[in-house]
Amino acid sequence: MPPSITLAINGRPISVPPDCTIASALMRSGVPTFRHSVTGQPRGPLCGMGICFECRVTINGVAQQRSCQTLCGEGMEVETDGH
Amino acid sequence: MVTEQPVDVLVIGAGPAGIAAACEAAASGCAVSVVDDNPDWGGQIWRAQRREGTEPQAALWLDRIGRTGVQLLRGTQVVGSKGPGELTAEREGEICSLRYGKLILATGARELFLPFPGWTLPGVMGAGGLQAMVKGGLPIVGRRVVVAGSGPLLLAVAAYLRKRGAEITLLAEQAPTGRIMRFALSLPMSKARQAVALKRSLLGIRQKNGCWPVTAEGSDQIESLTLTNGRRRWSEPCDYLACGFGLVPNWELAALLGCDVRGGRVRVDDVQATTVADVYCAGEPTGIGGVDLALLEGQIAGLAAAGRIDKARRLFPQREKARKFVAALDRAFSLRDELRELAACETIVCRCEDVTHGALRPFTSWRDAKLQTRCGMGPCQGRICGPVANMLYGWSCESVRPPVLPVALSSLAETYKSRDKL
Repeated sequence: MPPSITLAINGRPISVPPDCTIASALMRSGVPTFRHSVTGQPRGPLCGMGICFECRVTINGVAQQRSCQTLCGEGMEVETDGH
Repeated sequence: MVTEQPVDVLVIGAGPAGIAAACEAAASGCAVSVVDDNPDWGGQIWRAQRREGTEPQAALWLDRIGRTGVQLLRGTQVVGSKGPGELTAEREGEICSLRYGKLILATGARELFLPFPGWTLPGVMGAGGLQAMVKGGLPIVGRRVVVAGSGPLLLAVAAYLRKRGAEITLLAEQAPTGRIMRFALSLPMSKARQAVALKRSLLGIRQKNGCWPVTAEGSDQIESLTLTNGRRRWSEPCDYLACGFGLVPNWELAALLGCDVRGGRVRVDDVQATTVADVYCAGEPTGIGGVDLALLEGQIAGLAAAGRIDKARRLFPQREKARKFVAALDRAFSLRDELRELAACETIVCRCEDVTHGALRPFTSWRDAKLQTRCGMGPCQGRICGPVANMLYGWSCESVRPPVLPVALSSLAETYKSRDKL
């Protein structure tokens, strides 16, 4: 069994393989909406490479983290907009 | 502030151009460091290749850079310049100082996105964007994907996604069949073989040329995409849309350092030197040219930075050949006028600040539009909407201010607790 990482997404635990990004973990857990735009539109990742800033979520209490550029770590707590 | 050991050659970007530059500079006896905001070597096109190992060319160069012992400063984002010979970068919540003798910018490219109604729905991503997400762990088995837009990248993405279990509903290229066929027939033998192999990897995937997206539909995420071939429209249900219309250079760091940038490309001389002393630029930022050209430009820049001009000159004929190929490719996949007409009045152009096409259209310059609407003033600082505005309105969107990408105040505060001057 390859080692897996357990983290919490909006309070719910999820296990992911190593080298998994937070963005991919969010989508694995069935969350299409990562955040809302300035006029309240649902948004998710666009560029996948850290330049569009649409994938921002809160990781371990720190807001505005680009989830596509962050690897999952054991015990991380991830929260999307409105949670 | 953490101060890294000064190096002879500092390379920004660990994609093909950066790797090639670092290899040549190291082989010439220079102390070299490479900086990248990603966690590993490869940039975009060779992302996860150390793990997946499917590209022989990548394996060759990754092996070579591994044997040089050149250090990669991972997860490190350049903030700006402190003066000649010194950059500041953010790393693990701290600002660090990077001192160098010569600097090589290999900052790569990003995708060109063209807006159409529904393009901001979750599930709509770049072609390279969806591929990057899958490489980053997104499960794609059994998911229906439409791949649309323009360029050879679409073929590579469709082949990759299908190999990982995606159901490619449709591969939609906007360039007409005639142009693509003429280009294919003009290919030299080496390229023709590559093209045949790529075609073979796409067997069984429904492909259409001369068609493009019109609207994406769905409530919280994309559920279907409507396309047109100019005569009729039809809809394809899908879970994801991988949509890209080619690439644009990441020229911003070069501009911040004072390099001359024209038409969104960093100007370089025949040894890849920019207009700023001791600063070189290689790969996509000098003009989109793909992997082969990036490797050659990287090698030339690395050799030039190490003072080996004669060795660099020996690569000029190969670089010229690669440039001719790129020019032919550009002609084959040039974007049709209809793509400029896809945005409706209410379609968002600036995603960071939710500024619509209707709100932007009346302005005559990027600067005026920025001041009045905040377009381009959000976190992406115009990286997504700048190229759009250039295509739709003809504006030149080439201003940049430090930091080149957002940096956390906490990183700055942490670093400047002592009384260092910024």
